[in-house]
Amino acid sequence: MISVLSELSYWQVTSIRVGAGLVAVLLVAGTLVYAHLFKMVSFMQSRLGPMEAGPYGSLQLLAEIGKFLQKEDIVPRRADRFVFKAAPFVVLTSTFLLLVVLPGGPDAWFISNDLGIYLAMAVSSVSVIGILMAGWGSASKYSLLGGLRATGQLIAYELPLLLAVVGVVIQAETMNLQEIVLAQANGEIFGWGAIGNPFIITQFAGFIIFMIAMQAELTQTPFDMPVAESELVTGYMTEYSGLRFLLFFIGEFATAGVFSAIAAVLFLGGWYVPGLDPADNLLNLLGPLVLFGKVVLLTFLVFWVRFTFPRFREDQLQRLAWKFLVPLALANIVVTGVLKVVV
Amino acid sequence: MTPAGVLAAGAAGGDLFVAQNVFFGVIALVMIVSAIRCVTTRNVVHAALWLVLVLAGAAAQFILLGSEFVAVTQVLVYIGAIIVLFLFGIMLTKASMGDDDSVAGEKRLMAGLVAVLLAVVMGIALIDSYSDTRVVIDEPQRFAAVSDAIFSQYIVAFEAVSVLLLAALIGAIVVARKE
Repeated sequence: MISVLSELSYWQVTSIRVGAGLVAVLLVAGTLVYAHLFKMVSFMQSRLGPMEAGPYGSLQLLAEIGKFLQKEDIVPRRADRFVFKAAPFVVLTSTFLLLVVLPGGPDAWFISNDLGIYLAMAVSSVSVIGILMAGWGSASKYSLLGGLRATGQLIAYELPLLLAVVGVVIQAETMNLQEIVLAQANGEIFGWGAIGNPFIITQFAGFIIFMIAMQAELTQTPFDMPVAESELVTGYMTEYSGLRFLLFFIGEFATAGVFSAIAAVLFLGGWYVPGLDPADNLLNLLGPLVLFGKVVLLTFLVFWVRFTFPRFREDQLQRLAWKFLVPLALANIVVTGVLKVVV
Repeated sequence: MTPAGVLAAGAAGGDLFVAQNVFFGVIALVMIVSAIRCVTTRNVVHAALWLVLVLAGAAAQFILLGSEFVAVTQVLVYIGAIIVLFLFGIMLTKASMGDDDSVAGEKRLMAGLVAVLLAVVMGIALIDSYSDTRVVIDEPQRFAAVSDAIFSQYIVAFEAVSVLLLAALIGAIVVARKE
């Protein structure tokens, strides 16, 4: 099958990929805010949510963006101006770099090489620097405490996140996310290959660990100590207003989308549609939509948990990571490794 | 032209102004300026942030050389872990906002001397050993090749380093737990 992209020149393909990256961040973040933050939580709390702007309040998001853009961009007097202003961009850059490894179809990828999930884990840790910059640069005790809490939490949960991925890498024999999708598409469950072999079946423990660690990495409730509003206002975001607050906000939801997409690729088969040939050109069109559907499903779980459970205390949070998730992930790696060699 | 093609053209010694050379110069300039600002700034947090730029520049140079594994490891270990640890430590103890005059440092002359000495020794050693060696990079180094080398050719060294790190880890816990 001749792919559409192979007929275009290098700069055309690059422009398409940059455009697709912008769409993937903004559209996904917008959808998550509207579908989950505005509507789902409202239904869970027996209310309607925004209803005025557009049909069923679907244009509420544009109204919110307009509101944020009009607000004054305030920098506190004692703040470190440059560090304070640069911090949201560092966080958002980390989100965009995370997106780079995601495949959306047989030819619809940004980069496809061995770096894959290793690169994703490396750049996701860069956002911590942005959060520390925001916490320190604001010259506010709430921001500093929030930044320190966020850092401690992100360091603690990066480890189970990484270790949960190792099981999948052992089973797929590659770190390339595109090839991980293909390994699932071409896999068989006891000789029955109709739906491939999504790794959620064999790596169920890994999936659970990944989802819990992801919830913590996104600082969503019950892991929202860093932005605990009753103690720290909004943690490291306290002093931000207008456009820069909006950037943090978009970053938060876009990262939720990208992490869910990585989980979908690792455990749910990514862009593959059962019954089609994995090299089918149709999947270049269908694949991103399928992946988007899985992202909406996984983020639904994230926000369901967010609006259901109360907040963890700091010591409970650290104990869960170091005494439960890390040993479980290590055991998962050992079992996967042994089975890989034996079976 | 694909990245591998650019590398091949650079290695063949063709045009001097291939994208790779231009970007090497740009990144090197950023790294030098950041490194100088890192040691001249009087704010500890700023110094750590300038160091981030230096390390990120080093990672970018590794990518230009086709060593993706080293580049990503540089980001993961140095930026993602060590700098974060630095910043975390600075902010937990003392993170004054403006310039800190106690950072000025009366040992500036000595530090400068050591730096110049190190640069001269390393420069001579590198030029002496590698001045007529041409590194031919046909294509980016693959992950699989790195792991194959570690787990076959260098397996003894790898295991020795692993045990050493484990010993250091246990030692750190023992020292920290002793009240």
